[in-house]
Amino acid sequence: MAEQIIYAFFTVIIGVGGCFGYFYGSNWLLDRIFPANANNDSSAVRNLKMQSTIRPWLFLGPALLLLSVYLLFPVIETFWLSFHDRAGDKFVGLANYVWAFNDDQFRLSIFNNILWLAVVPALCTLMGLVIAVLTDRLWWGNLAKSLIFMPLAISFVGASVIWKFVYDYRGEGQDQIGIINAIVTYFGGSPQVWIALPFWNNFFLMAILVWIQTGFATVILAAALRGIPEDTLEAATIDGAGPFKIFFRIMVPQIYGTILVVWTTITVLVLKIFDIVLTMTNSQWDTSVLANLMFDWMFRGGGDFGRGAAIAIVIMVAVLPIMIWNIRQANKEQSGH
Amino acid sequence: MANIKLTNLNKSYGTVHILKDVNLDIKSGEFIVFVGPSGCGKSTLLRAISGLDQVSSGTLEIDDAVVNEVPPSKRGIAMVFQSYALYPHMSVFENIGFALENQGLSRADIKTKVEAVGEMLQLTSYLTRLPKALSGGQRQRVAIGRAIVRGAKVFLFDEPLSNLDAALRVQMRMEIAKLKRDLPKTTMVYVTHDQVEAMTMADRIVVLQAGKVMQVGTPMELYENPNSVFVAGFIGSPKMNFITGVPAEKLKAKTIGVRPEHFEFSDTKTDIAGTLDYTEILGSDSFLYVTTPTGMLTVRQPGRTEFKTGQKLNLKPIAQHVHRFGENEMRLAN
Amino acid sequence: MLNRLKLEPSRILLNLAVIFIIALWTFPTAGLLISSLRDKNDIAASGWWTALSSADRKQVGRMKGSADQVEKDGKFVIFGNLFDGADATSGKVSAFGTKVQTPGANAAGSTVALDAGQSLTVGVDGSYVLTSPTKFTDERGGRVFFVSSQPPRFTLDNYQTVLFSEGIGRSFINSLTVTIPATIIPILIAAFAAYALAWMKLPFRGLLIAIIVGLLVVPLQMSLIPLLKLYNAAGYFMGVPSKTYLGIWLAHTGFGLPFAIYLLRSYIAGLPKDLIESAQIDGANDFKIFRRIVLPLCFPALASFAIFQFLWVWNDLLVAIVFLGSGPDQLVLTGKLNALLGSRGGNWEILTASAFVTIIVPLTVFFSLQRYFVRGLLAGSVKGG
Ligand SMILES: Nc1ncnc2c1ncn2[C@@H]1O[C@H](COP(=O)(O)OP(=O)(O)OP(=O)(O)O)[C@@H](O)[C@H]1O
Ligand SMILES: [Mg+2]
Repeated sequence: MAEQIIYAFFTVIIGVGGCFGYFYGSNWLLDRIFPANANNDSSAVRNLKMQSTIRPWLFLGPALLLLSVYLLFPVIETFWLSFHDRAGDKFVGLANYVWAFNDDQFRLSIFNNILWLAVVPALCTLMGLVIAVLTDRLWWGNLAKSLIFMPLAISFVGASVIWKFVYDYRGEGQDQIGIINAIVTYFGGSPQVWIALPFWNNFFLMAILVWIQTGFATVILAAALRGIPEDTLEAATIDGAGPFKIFFRIMVPQIYGTILVVWTTITVLVLKIFDIVLTMTNSQWDTSVLANLMFDWMFRGGGDFGRGAAIAIVIMVAVLPIMIWNIRQANKEQSGH
Repeated sequence: MANIKLTNLNKSYGTVHILKDVNLDIKSGEFIVFVGPSGCGKSTLLRAISGLDQVSSGTLEIDDAVVNEVPPSKRGIAMVFQSYALYPHMSVFENIGFALENQGLSRADIKTKVEAVGEMLQLTSYLTRLPKALSGGQRQRVAIGRAIVRGAKVFLFDEPLSNLDAALRVQMRMEIAKLKRDLPKTTMVYVTHDQVEAMTMADRIVVLQAGKVMQVGTPMELYENPNSVFVAGFIGSPKMNFITGVPAEKLKAKTIGVRPEHFEFSDTKTDIAGTLDYTEILGSDSFLYVTTPTGMLTVRQPGRTEFKTGQKLNLKPIAQHVHRFGENEMRLAN
Repeated sequence: MLNRLKLEPSRILLNLAVIFIIALWTFPTAGLLISSLRDKNDIAASGWWTALSSADRKQVGRMKGSADQVEKDGKFVIFGNLFDGADATSGKVSAFGTKVQTPGANAAGSTVALDAGQSLTVGVDGSYVLTSPTKFTDERGGRVFFVSSQPPRFTLDNYQTVLFSEGIGRSFINSLTVTIPATIIPILIAAFAAYALAWMKLPFRGLLIAIIVGLLVVPLQMSLIPLLKLYNAAGYFMGVPSKTYLGIWLAHTGFGLPFAIYLLRSYIAGLPKDLIESAQIDGANDFKIFRRIVLPLCFPALASFAIFQFLWVWNDLLVAIVFLGSGPDQLVLTGKLNALLGSRGGNWEILTASAFVTIIVPLTVFFSLQRYFVRGLLAGSVKGG
C-alpha cells in the first residue's frame, strides 16, 4: 500500500509539476531571448514589444491546444459523421437529419428538452437567489448553504438511489417504501408509479436536477451578494426603501451579471442532461432527451453513428442562441477595458 | 530631468475623436496642471503620456526622444491614480517596493529605499499593514510613495485628491507642494477639477475643452488675459460675468467679461442697472447677485455690504479690467 | 454582514423558512444515510423513515414440532421462542393469532384455546407455550402469526462490505491520482488563458472568447468515440499504452476548460483596471502581473472552480471507463463500486453505503475551500473606503 501511495504521489507531482514547469519555463525563456533590460534602450523597447506579442500565446497555448484536441476535433468529426451512413463511410447528405425530424422519438426528446430548459434553469436560479439572500443574514447561514450544496457532491449513481427511495412504488396494500407514495397512501390516496406517468414524470426527473444544482446557484450567488458594497444598501435603507425594494432594485441589479452566469451555466448543463434520465428511467415512459437518444444511437443497439452524430449536432445548434447572447454580454463587459 | 513635447497629438476611440491636435511643450521640472470640464479628455491625455493608451497620430517625446512606441515601464514615468490602485493583498512595504523588485534590485537595496520613502511620507509605522487598514490620506501617501521610490523623471497625477475630504485635501495639497520643492528636477503633470489646486500649485495651467488645448499659461496669465470666453469663464471663482448688448457694443465687442471684483457703483443711472436679489456675506467678502436686463451679475465687495435686498444698483465696470471678446468668442486685441 | 436587510419582526419567520428549505433539501439525503445503516432486507421491506421509531411489523413464526414435546402433569407441552425462527426479527410481541388474516387477534400474554383442546400462550418476549391433552403428532410445528414492535435497528454491515471489499483502498488512491492533477492542471491553464483573454493585447480576442464559450455546449458523450480512436492511434503510433493517467488528466482538463475559462475570465476581467495598469507602470511584465496581482486576487474564483471540477472528476464514471483501464492499478472508486454492484446484482445496501463513502472526500474539499468564497480580499483596498 505504501508503495502505491508513493507511486501515486509522484505521478501527481509529475503531472502538476509539468504544468507549472511549462508556464515558468516558457516565460523564463521568453525573458531570456528578448531581455527587457538590454543595455541598449531601443533594443530593450524592441524586445519588450516582442515579448508582449509572443506572451499571450504562451498563456493561451496549452488551453487552445487542449480545446482543439478534446472538443473542437470531436465536433468536426461528429459534424462529418452526421452526413454519413451508420458505418461512417458512405455520404448520405442530409438523410440523417431528415430521419431525425421525422422520428417520433426524436420529436419527443426535443419537446422534453425544451420542457427541461424552461423549468430547471429558472427554478434553480430563483431558489439559489432566495436561499442566498435568506441565509446571508443568518449566523448559521454557512451551515445552511453547505447542506443545500451537499447534493452536488453526490455522484449521479448515489443521487439516483436517493430518488428511488423518494419515488418508489409498491402494489396497493403493501408497505410503501417510497416517501411520496407513503404520504399519498397515508392520506388515503392510491399509490402511483410516479416515474412512469407520461409527461408528468419529466417534472419528477427535473426535481432531481433542481435539487442537485440549486447548491451551485446558491454558492455562486451568495459570493456575489457578499460583494455588494454595504453602503449602497445603507443608502437605500436611508432613502426609505423596504426590504423587497432593496432586493429587487439594489441587490439584483448589482449581481445581474452573476445571475446571468449561473443561469447560462445551468442552461448549458440542462441541454446536455444525460445521467439522470439514464439512471432513473433509461428513457422509458416518454422521458427521453436528446443526449440519451444520441447515446442510444451511438453506443446501444441502434449502432448508427450517422444518426447519433446528427442528434449531437442538433443539440449543439440548439444552444447556439443562448451562447451568442452570452458572448454579446461578455463583449459588452469587455468594452470597459 | 525630463521635458515632454506633444506634437499634433490625436487620439480616437473607434470613430470618436477625443484628443484633437494637441500641441504642448512641458519644460523639465515644471508643474503642469490640466483643467477642463468633465469628459474633455484630461485623463486621456495623461494616459497617452503614460503610455497606457496608444496615441492615434502625432508624436510624443520625453527627454527629446520619441516614445510613441515605448511601453509605460520604459518611459521613466510614475502615475498616481485617483483610486490609488494599491495592491490590496500586499503590505505597504510590498506596495512601495514592487517597482523596485521588478527592476531586479536586491532585497537590501529595496529595504533601504522603501524605508527612506516611508520616512519622508511619515509611513514608517504602517509599513507592514495592508492597504485596507489605512486611512484615505495614508493610502494617498502610499500611492505617492510608490511614485517617488522609483525616482521617476515624470510624475503623472490623475485627480489624486478627489477622494479626500476638504481638510485632508488641503493638507495633502501642501504635501504635494512640498514634494515639488523636494524634487525640483521632476516634471509633474497633474489633472484636477479643483480651481484652488490648479491656481496654487501650477507653474502653468493647460485648459482643455472637447479635446482641444484652449490656452496654456501661468495661473496669473490665464486669470488676467484669458484668450477666450471659455477660459475666462473657467478660471476664477466666482465666475466672470459676461455681458452682451449695449454695454458691449459701446466697447466694440460682442461680449465683454467683467470679474465680480471689477465693478464700481455709481449714483447716476448707468448702462448696467439692476435690482439686488440676494447677498452672500462671507466675512472677508460679500457677493451681491444683481438682476439686470442682460442677466444675473455677480459682484464682489470687500468686507460686509451695506446694500439691502431689493435695492436698485447702478453698476460700472472698471475700464482697464474689462475683457473684450469678438464674434468667435475669442479675445479682441486692446 | 448580519442584519443587512433590516426585517426584525420576521427574524423568527426567516429562520423557520430557512429551516423548512433545508429540511426539504436534506430529507432525501437523510433517507440515503439511514438506509445505508439498515439491514439489507429491511431496506427493501419498509420505508427508511420507519427505521427511526419502533415499528409494528407483521411476522410469522413456526413453532417446534412433535419431536420437542415434553410431557408434564399429564399434558403434552411444546415451548420455545417465536423469534428463534430463522425468518423472524426480534422485537416485542404485542399480539398474535393463528390465522394469517388475523395476526392481531389476541393480546400478548393471553391464552387462546385452539382446536382439539389445545391452548396457546405467547408472551411479550416471544416465548410460547403450546399445551395439548393428547400427544402431538405433526413433525412440523404450527405457524403463529404475530405483530411485533421493532426497536430501531442499525448496522454497519453495509459499510463493512464496501470498505473492506478487495481493492477499494487501491481504487481510492487511484481516484485521488486522477482527481488532484485533473483539478489543478485545468485551473492553471484556464487562469492563464483567462488572463490573456481579459487583459492582454492580442488579435482575434473576441473570436477566441466566442469559440471557447461556444465549446461549453459540446455534449461530453459525443466526443468519447472520436477521442478513443485518437488515443488508440496515438498509443499505437508511439508504442505506449493508450490508457494512461496522463491521458485522463488531459481529457478532464479539456472537458473542464470551457467552463473554467468562462468563469475565470469574467472574474479576472472584473478586477480594477487601475491595479493592472499600475503594475504595468511599475514595470511588471504580464507573467509577473499574473503571478503577483491577478492570481492572489482571483483566489475566490479559483476556489469555486476547483470545487466544481473536483466534484465532477471525482464522481465521474463515464470518462474513467473510456480513458482508463479496469486493472487494479487504474480502476477508480466509482468504477470499483460499479463493479461491486455488478457482481452483486444491484444491491441497494451497497449503493447506499458506497454513495456515502464517495461523498466524504468532495465534502471535505468543499468545506475546506468554502471560506475563500466569502473572503472579501478586494474590500476597502480601492476608492478610499
Ligand atoms: N475606452 C474608451 N472608449 C471610448 N471612449 C472613451 C474611453 N475612455 C474615455 N472615453 C471618452 O473620452 C472622453 C474623455 O474622457 P476622459 O476620461 O479623458 O475625460 P476627463 O477629462 O478625464 O473627465 P473627468 O474630469 O470626468 O475625469 C469622454 O467623453 C469619454 O467618454
Ligand atoms: Mg478623468
